[in-house]
Amino acid sequence: MTSDTQTKTAANRRRITSSVMTTLTATCAFFAVTVLVLIIGYIALRGLGAINLQFLTDTPKPVGEGGGIGNAILGSLILLLLSSVIGLPFGIAVGIYLAEFGAGRFAGLIRFVTDTLTGVPSIVVGVFVYTILVLPMRQFSALAGGIALALVMIPIIARTTEEMIRLVPTSLREGALALGAPQWRVTTGVVLPAAASGIATGAMLAVARVSGETAPLLFTAFGSRFFNVYLDQPIASLTVQIYNYAISPYDEWHAMAWAATLVLMTLILAINILVRFFTRKKI
Amino acid sequence: MELHRLLDRDLEMLRDRVLLLGGETETALQKAMYALIERDTVTAREVLDGDDEIDRLEVEIDRLCVDTIALRQPAARDLRFVISVAKITPILERIADHACNIARVAVDLNDEPQLKPYVDLPRMAEFASGMLRAALDAFTSGDAAAARAVIERDDQIDQLYNRIFRDLIEMMVSNPTTTTRAARLLFVTKHIERIGDYVTDICELTVYMTEAAFIKHSN
Amino acid sequence: MATPTSTTASVKSATETMQERTRAFENDRESRVAAKVSVRELDFFYGRAQALHKISLDVGSQIVMAFIGPSGCGKSTFLRTLNRMNDTIPGTRVEGSVQIDGQDIYAPGTDVVELRRRVGMVFQKSNPFPKSIFDNVAYGLRINKLTSSKTELSDRVEEALTNAALWPEVKDRLKASALSLSGGQQQRLCIARALAVRPEVILMDEPASALDPIATQKIEELIVELKRQYTIVIVTHNMQQAARVSDETAFFWLGKLVEVNSTEQMFTNPNEKLTEDYITGRFG
Repeated sequence: MTSDTQTKTAANRRRITSSVMTTLTATCAFFAVTVLVLIIGYIALRGLGAINLQFLTDTPKPVGEGGGIGNAILGSLILLLLSSVIGLPFGIAVGIYLAEFGAGRFAGLIRFVTDTLTGVPSIVVGVFVYTILVLPMRQFSALAGGIALALVMIPIIARTTEEMIRLVPTSLREGALALGAPQWRVTTGVVLPAAASGIATGAMLAVARVSGETAPLLFTAFGSRFFNVYLDQPIASLTVQIYNYAISPYDEWHAMAWAATLVLMTLILAINILVRFFTRKKI
Repeated sequence: MELHRLLDRDLEMLRDRVLLLGGETETALQKAMYALIERDTVTAREVLDGDDEIDRLEVEIDRLCVDTIALRQPAARDLRFVISVAKITPILERIADHACNIARVAVDLNDEPQLKPYVDLPRMAEFASGMLRAALDAFTSGDAAAARAVIERDDQIDQLYNRIFRDLIEMMVSNPTTTTRAARLLFVTKHIERIGDYVTDICELTVYMTEAAFIKHSN
Repeated sequence: MATPTSTTASVKSATETMQERTRAFENDRESRVAAKVSVRELDFFYGRAQALHKISLDVGSQIVMAFIGPSGCGKSTFLRTLNRMNDTIPGTRVEGSVQIDGQDIYAPGTDVVELRRRVGMVFQKSNPFPKSIFDNVAYGLRINKLTSSKTELSDRVEEALTNAALWPEVKDRLKASALSLSGGQQQRLCIARALAVRPEVILMDEPASALDPIATQKIEELIVELKRQYTIVIVTHNMQQAARVSDETAFFWLGKLVEVNSTEQMFTNPNEKLTEDYITGRFG
């Protein structure tokens, strides 16, 4: 009888613990999501009012004359494209090196450097590029902005690529090696395809991260009031534009800052969805 | 580890059963010969009644062997043990059958006057049951040398058989009225001679079990 | 049940004692026309730890040899020395010789890529590439440039799939993902992939340990079938499996080769006490 009672007590205790923990985690999840929804909702609320076709296509105008962020959207896209073109191959290559050949002391050094770079404040990267590129060229430029963003991307991509490649099971590698495949063919033909979606996710995260960067651009791309597609010229970007609007004393510009923020968020979301769509498991 | 203990339990059970069957068979043979020589019909009937138990044991051991092979998958020494038990069991049962046949002859002969004082027949019987006991001992202790020694002894049974055979034929020729009884005794000696062969088979299986060597049909 | 009949150490005459049978087996092995795989005094080290001690072993042509032994006894490590798969693990070292058709595969200048084409391998966990069924089988052919035309490539793929007893099940969906196959099919696909490059020796590292009994049976039947053309070395934890598929069995213990013998002998009357204890489940 007593043992039976004990069993029942133990079972009750388990049930109570279980429900308490479930409630606790669910509450936490609820709060996290709520905060996120509130932020997005608030931005949409404040920003939606100022969005119209002119806002999305026009260049900035003085206060009271309207104007838009068309050149900033284009500038951001150009900067992202440029930084991706430079940063993705570089970062992925470093990641592959670290994962496939990264046993030696040199690789350890590289790993240390990339880890350190991830932790460096992005403004430092901006100042760095300003020193080595903007000063010699005597010119703020899209190129300098792109390189600055790429420098922020590379360590992130390198480390996620390394992690993703390491996740590819050894058995897959060995299967290819056992068929007489040389190492480089194993990497390119088997390991990379198997890690592709993971690498893409890492790249996407890196792109999303730099698309929100303002600091490295202040000293490099600088900003511009005009549509610009030349890489050796200063170029506008959403983040810098938001910054400029936000620190102004005008309500009209504040509203435009909110609207531009909404656009930036939508842009990041679009990039996310696109990348997910193209890297979803095909096989 | 668990499986190993299960197998050992089964092997122990098999060893136990086959020893019991061996003992029953040995008793049946001794009792049958006692019934014949001492003209004791009651003992003869005991032998005949006891055969059911022997048949039951045989079936039980058969089933145990199949179960052990199917469920425990014994290998090497264990496998040879189970196979040997499976082959020895029907041999023991057949020895018991011969004992029954001897007991039946005893019942018939006890209704008639004794042909002559038995001399060689008790010796032959004692010899056969001695061989059976030694063979069973060698099997249980896994003693191949002892088993080989028992096989050697079969020649002596054969010699005794030939001598008794000659004596009985002579008796039938010189005194035709003894023919029926002499013929019955002839069957008894034939049964004992067969038992000697069966004991040899048991010993050969003992050698197989311990050394994995097939010595059957080698000479 | 297809029991492999062995030419070695079968019951020849009744007078044979255990020792004579063993000697006959040894003689038989030596007289065999040049062993396919011949290992002499092989030591293997993971860093400073020695995993294999002075292994000497011959594997004859077109037979199935099974490696058995408790976990960590070195049987998988030894298997992997036969196609230098251990080279991919940093800090490993080999001493002694492994000859395949008389050629030392550890000699300087050995083309490891070519070696691995000749000595194929099937792994414990089926490891199809995340590609189509066709591309999986074609992989080895393509990287080794073994075919000269598209028709030849698809012929060789079909041949390999047929030999792996998988063709009827996949012939209508060669373009489907290899990962859409069942576990047993995936493993047969990996065997087909290994067969496609026409190796001479196939190493199998517990090829059926993750499969259900029916899939296992198919793999085992396949192994017995493949023996006609290939020399097969299989590592298995399942002793019944070793008994069912192999002609010869080698027992490893603590990095040493304890006994190699015909499979019949091994499972009815092994020479070594240690082997008998392992086979009868009386270990430790």
